[in-house]
Parts: sequence; structure tokens; C-alpha cells
Amino acid sequence: MTHLAYLVAGWGIALVVLGVYGFGLLRRGRRLTGQVPAGQRRWLTSPGDDGRGG
Amino acid sequence: MTGRRDTTGSAGSRLLGVSALVGVAVLLLFAFVLTDPDVRVHPTTGEEFGQFDAVRLLYLHVPMAVLTYAAYILCAAASVGYLVRRTPWWDVTAYAAAEVGTVFCGLVLVTGSIWGRPVWNTWWEWGDVRLMTTLVLFLLFLGYLALRRTTVDPRHQARRAAVVALVAVLDIPLVNRSVEWWENRTLHQQSTLAELKIQDLTLFTLMLGFVVFGLVAAWLLLHRFRVGWLEQAAAEHGVAMAIAERHAELDMPDVDAAVGDAGDGP
Repeated sequence: MTHLAYLVAGWGIALVVLGVYGFGLLRRGRRLTGQVPAGQRRWLTSPGDDGRGG
Repeated sequence: MTGRRDTTGSAGSRLLGVSALVGVAVLLLFAFVLTDPDVRVHPTTGEEFGQFDAVRLLYLHVPMAVLTYAAYILCAAASVGYLVRRTPWWDVTAYAAAEVGTVFCGLVLVTGSIWGRPVWNTWWEWGDVRLMTTLVLFLLFLGYLALRRTTVDPRHQARRAAVVALVAVLDIPLVNRSVEWWENRTLHQQSTLAELKIQDLTLFTLMLGFVVFGLVAAWLLLHRFRVGWLEQAAAEHGVAMAIAERHAELDMPDVDAAVGDAGDGP
């Protein structure tokens, strides 16, 4: 296979960056969830709860 | 309700995440094993030319470029929604789309540069209009994200950010059409997809790349939206708690004085 170093660099950087960003989002979400009352976690509330849409 | 209370995950987002991970594995199989390198033979000299295996980077680079456009257009649409409706949902959506779009745009610049070195024999070309307009797009949205971190009134910040997004997104037509409007000032070829210059497994793998990175972008967008929503809710909850504590302080009798009075008695 030609250009193997370029392929590994390109795919590697992209997948690592996306993975780290995604993992970081999960961590931020986990940290923030504890600071918010359960009724305001919009995606877990039923339509009759405190859902606030635009 | 099926999601765990302490995460931003839900049954739907987990299904999306697993689909994206499986999709990436399948895409890697197609991109590295099942598709052939781009090797063509010159009709008169018989010499081989083409991108060779570097073409495998395009299964990543091209879908990411299109998804960058999609994320920024979503950001602009949500910004219009915010300016019309003035509700947090639109603002959080715009912010989430801008952040995910900027991650993708940065990767487009990096992977494009890595692809350009073996194919064009250069990492970067300052005179290339598509590279420069893409860099400008990236910098404009970095400015947008910097604006979102300023500590002003959240409503003013959201309004200013919406206006910046609407200005920044005007660069997308320039990026997209630059290879045709300034065809002598770019190393990029004109649209390969629109004219169906690629076929069979190469075309299929590229389409698969759109689907897979679309799933990745959707998962990131969903979680970024939820994080943004939680940030707003946490800030509002913090303010509400502070107000409640202040009211409680004002309603309470002066404890020190009461204790002092009791201590001074017979």
C-alpha cells in the first residue's frame, strides 16, 4: 500500500479527535446532569413534565 | 423513560452511537480493503498515474466537508429561529451545530492537507481559493465560539452570536463554488460527484462515508445539544437557588441579635 503514513495520519487524527470530542461531551454531560433538577433534563421528561421547546 | 439519570444518553442516542461505531468499522473495511487504489494508465506513454492509495483519505475528507456545510447551515437556520422566536431551544441548537461544525471543519483542513502532500506535493497552498475560503470559514466560526464564551448578558450574547452566524455562513457558497468561479486559482478539481466521474465501489464507499459520518455528526450534535441545554438549566437553577437563599436571609430574624438578647437576660 502506498502513502501508508499519510493514511494512518489522516484517518488516525480524524478518528482520535472525534473520539476525544465525543468522550469529552459525555463527561461534560455527566458532570452537568448532577447540577440540574430531574424535571429540567428535557430529553428525559415526558410531554406533561417541564419540557421547554422552541 | 429509558435513559440513565446521570448521563446525557438515552436509548435513542445509544442506538445512534452504536450504529455510528459499527458504521465506522464497516467504512474502514471498505476504504482500506475492498476498494482499489486510484491507478490510471496514460494512453500513449503507458505510464501509471493517479492518487494511488491516497484516494482512501477522500472517503473521510469529502463527507466531512459536506457535513461541515450542513452543520453551519443548521447553525444559521437555528440562528434565524432564535432571532424570530427568542427561545433557548434555537440558541442551544445553533451553538451545538457551530461547535460540531467547527470540529469537522478543522478536520477537513487537516485531512485535506495530509491528502495534498502526496497528491499535490504540498501541504498547503496560500493562493488556492478553496483552501483560503475554507480557512476563513473555520476562523469565522472560531470567532463565533469565542463570542459564545464572553461573559455578557446571555440574551445579548445569543443575539450577537446569531448575527455573526448569519454573516459567517455567507462564506459557504464561496467555498462550494470557488472551484468553478476561480478555476484557475485552485488546485482542487471541479465536482466529481455531480458529474459522476467515479463509479461502482468507489462511489459506494464515498456514499457510505456520507452515511457513517452523518451518524457520527448526529450523535455529536445530539449530545452537544443536551450539554448546552444542561448548561442553561444549571445556570438558571443556580440563579434561582441564589435568589431563594437571599429571600430566606431577608425573611429570617437577626439570629445573632436574638442570641445576644437571650444571653443578656437574667
